[in-house]
Amino acid sequence: MNNMMIIGQYVPGNSLVHRLDPRMKITIIFLFVIFVFFANNVASYSILTVFAIITTAVTRIPFRFILKGLTPVWFLIIFTFILHLIVTKEGTVLFELLGFKLYTGALIQGFAISLRFFLLILITSLLTLTTTPIEITDAIEDMLHPLKKIKFPVHELALMMSISLRFIPTLLQETDKISKAQASRGVDFRTGPIKERLKAVVPLLVPLFVSAFKRAEELAMAMEARGYQGGEGRSKLRQLKIERIDIFVLSLFILVIAGLFLTRNY
Amino acid sequence: MREKFIEFRNVSFRYGDEQPWVLENVSFEIYKDEWVAIIGHNGSGKSTIAKLMNGLLYPQEGEIIINGLPVNDQHVWEVRRQVGMVFQNPDNQFVGTTVQDDVAFGMENRGVPREEMTKRIGEVLKAVRMEDYLLTEPHRLSGGQKQRVAIASVLAINPNVLILDEATAMLDPRGRKEIMQTVADIQAKNEISLITITHDLQEVVQAERVIVMNAGKVWDEATPREIFTKKDELREIGLDVPFIALLADELKHNDVSIINEPLNHGELLEELWTLHSKM
Ligand SMILES: Nc1ncnc2c1ncn2[C@@H]1O[C@H](COP(=O)(O)OP(=O)(O)OP(=O)(O)O)[C@@H](O)[C@H]1O
Ligand SMILES: [Mg+2]
Repeated sequence: MNNMMIIGQYVPGNSLVHRLDPRMKITIIFLFVIFVFFANNVASYSILTVFAIITTAVTRIPFRFILKGLTPVWFLIIFTFILHLIVTKEGTVLFELLGFKLYTGALIQGFAISLRFFLLILITSLLTLTTTPIEITDAIEDMLHPLKKIKFPVHELALMMSISLRFIPTLLQETDKISKAQASRGVDFRTGPIKERLKAVVPLLVPLFVSAFKRAEELAMAMEARGYQGGEGRSKLRQLKIERIDIFVLSLFILVIAGLFLTRNY
Repeated sequence: MREKFIEFRNVSFRYGDEQPWVLENVSFEIYKDEWVAIIGHNGSGKSTIAKLMNGLLYPQEGEIIINGLPVNDQHVWEVRRQVGMVFQNPDNQFVGTTVQDDVAFGMENRGVPREEMTKRIGEVLKAVRMEDYLLTEPHRLSGGQKQRVAIASVLAINPNVLILDEATAMLDPRGRKEIMQTVADIQAKNEISLITITHDLQEVVQAERVIVMNAGKVWDEATPREIFTKKDELREIGLDVPFIALLADELKHNDVSIINEPLNHGELLEELWTLHSKM
């Protein structure tokens, strides 16, 4: 079974970004996503780009990993760029080819929008690259905590997420086993017309579902036997703590944002 | 006389009003610090007994007393703290995303403070020899290792009874041996009653006492040695007899005098090499 798939996108490491409190990471990324839309000139874009690139470098994750994660969005980025070249009609005409006029404004617009897009994707993907899914779950649980007042099932949601995370590899291993078992009985998942292949998936899904239900039932029983009675009065082993380093990084980020607002055009 | 720890008083149970009785008038006692094996054919009600012991199910008739507390809605959480249970499927009882999270789960449920949890996790993982796997995810563990973590998770809350419901059934022989060794160690070191529900004869032999279930009733209650002398009856209710016991029987039929019913190779060997001196 593919290991990459099992652990998701997370790349283990011990960098500053890895060690940052996941709540801090989520907050900063959330703010970054908003502030990207305030950049509107070379200086402000440069500040954000430099910030993103330095952050990426600090993670010490090989660049090819990150590029691999971006493959599906490259297409979108390029598509956006080309679209802008075609539709935007501002500034002076750079050249004309077979009746198509390329404007300077289009080039600038297209470049800016694609860059914005790239920065957004890069920064958000850094979250999953440097944070384990369970840390993200803990952070979400903690950040949604105030919603408990309006009876939003925060603890249950977090537990659901962590149990799903726990069972994804198990179910993948099982899928693998069942598909091998079916293949040995002559079921062909890989070749033939699409309709036939879809049909072949049924004998894979049915046993998978049956076993997932059985697992769920047994797990519920085991949890109850171990004294689970909901979120009330529970303590937690994994605890999030804001350290000095988190404050430091946040201050740094605030400086970056201040820089952005000082340099942008009004 | 040893102190009573678990008591079933005329317990009858069925899974629904329309369903047949799964347990009928079952009564037995289990003492403090005792190792009891429960055997019986498939569907004879063994797992049901286990679930009744920690309030996962309640009987329609009769009473179950755990350490002086009747098992009912009022006492169920205290009963579950005292009675720990390990199930058959290693995967379907592993709740945490890592070993330490799984061991912590039961303690978290009871609001144990964090420092104490960390300490307990270290202790119980050591007791099952899994201390090097603190941060390992379940899919990187073998079945036997997962079951040892399950045992540690149960031990973490200091139970007085440990129930293993076919906890070794899905393991290879090596995994089984590891588990049985672990449990025997734990029982020797702690004041803990051990109940093993099993089809594995080796596990039966290790117990002090055996409760044999047949079609929802207690069929017999005796030491393993006594039980395995009833070979034909056992076979009638769908149970096997250890090979050594069969071999001893065969030898007896051939006029080899065997006095003590042997339960393992060592004991049979003892019987045989001292044979001459007995004649
Ligand atoms: N959830 C349930 N609903 C209805 N009937 C059940 C349920 N669980 C078990 N039974 C029935 O109760 C009877 C006893 O089941 P139990 O699981 O206690 O047997 P067991 O001795 O543990 O068997 P095995 O050796 O197969 O584990 C069986 O006839 C079974 O079909
Ligand atoms: Mg059973």
